[in-house]
Amino acid sequence: MDVLYFAWVRERIGIPKETVDTQAGTVADLVAELAAREDRYAAAFADTSALRVALDQELSDFDASLTGVREVAFFPPMTGG
Amino acid sequence: MRIVVQEQPFDFGAEAAAFATNRHDMGAVVTFTGIVRDISGDLSAMEIEHYPGMTAKALEKIAAEAASRWSLGDALVIHRHGRMVPGEMIMMVATAAPHRADAFEAAEFLMDYLKSRAPFWKKEIGKDGSAWVAAKDADEDALTRW
Repeated sequence: MDVLYFAWVRERIGIPKETVDTQAGTVADLVAELAAREDRYAAAFADTSALRVALDQELSDFDASLTGVREVAFFPPMTGG
Repeated sequence: MRIVVQEQPFDFGAEAAAFATNRHDMGAVVTFTGIVRDISGDLSAMEIEHYPGMTAKALEKIAAEAASRWSLGDALVIHRHGRMVPGEMIMMVATAAPHRADAFEAAEFLMDYLKSRAPFWKKEIGKDGSAWVAAKDADEDALTRW
């Protein structure tokens, strides 16, 4: 699946997008998998209460299932307007 | 309903006039415009990042929600991304309704929701560095009143 990063999450991880081959069942499982990769991922995912997640461009939760999901995006709380 | 996400500036006067014209059944039009402000005197620019695949969809959902809650004839949302300097307009919303209470409330609802539910992120570029704007608890709390 495609994993996208925005704002400081993108800066901390160092890339805007990557394709991840994963068997993770939920968003939280995917986060654990990514955080275990390298320090930059661990730093970005250190506090998931400071993060939001969207699944296929819809806001979702960290306990949501990834079944059938093609695009996951991680970002800080939004600051539009 | 019209949703526009663009990098280039928009003409607020022309957009507001066009939105308010030929509305024989609407007694009220409310507009709101957000402007890059420099309170500290240190801001060189504001950079707004967004999530292209999601932004328009999220704004359409928010506008549809407003239309379902209030007696709304029409709504307009224009939101820019990219680099802007203090004084530039970031975004505008306009609402048209038969009566002003609906137009005012729907415009406030649109603003509250697009502040914390539309995928935009602001970064302030100062003379001595840059920093992402943190979301305020008050912005999230504002949603509970609806």
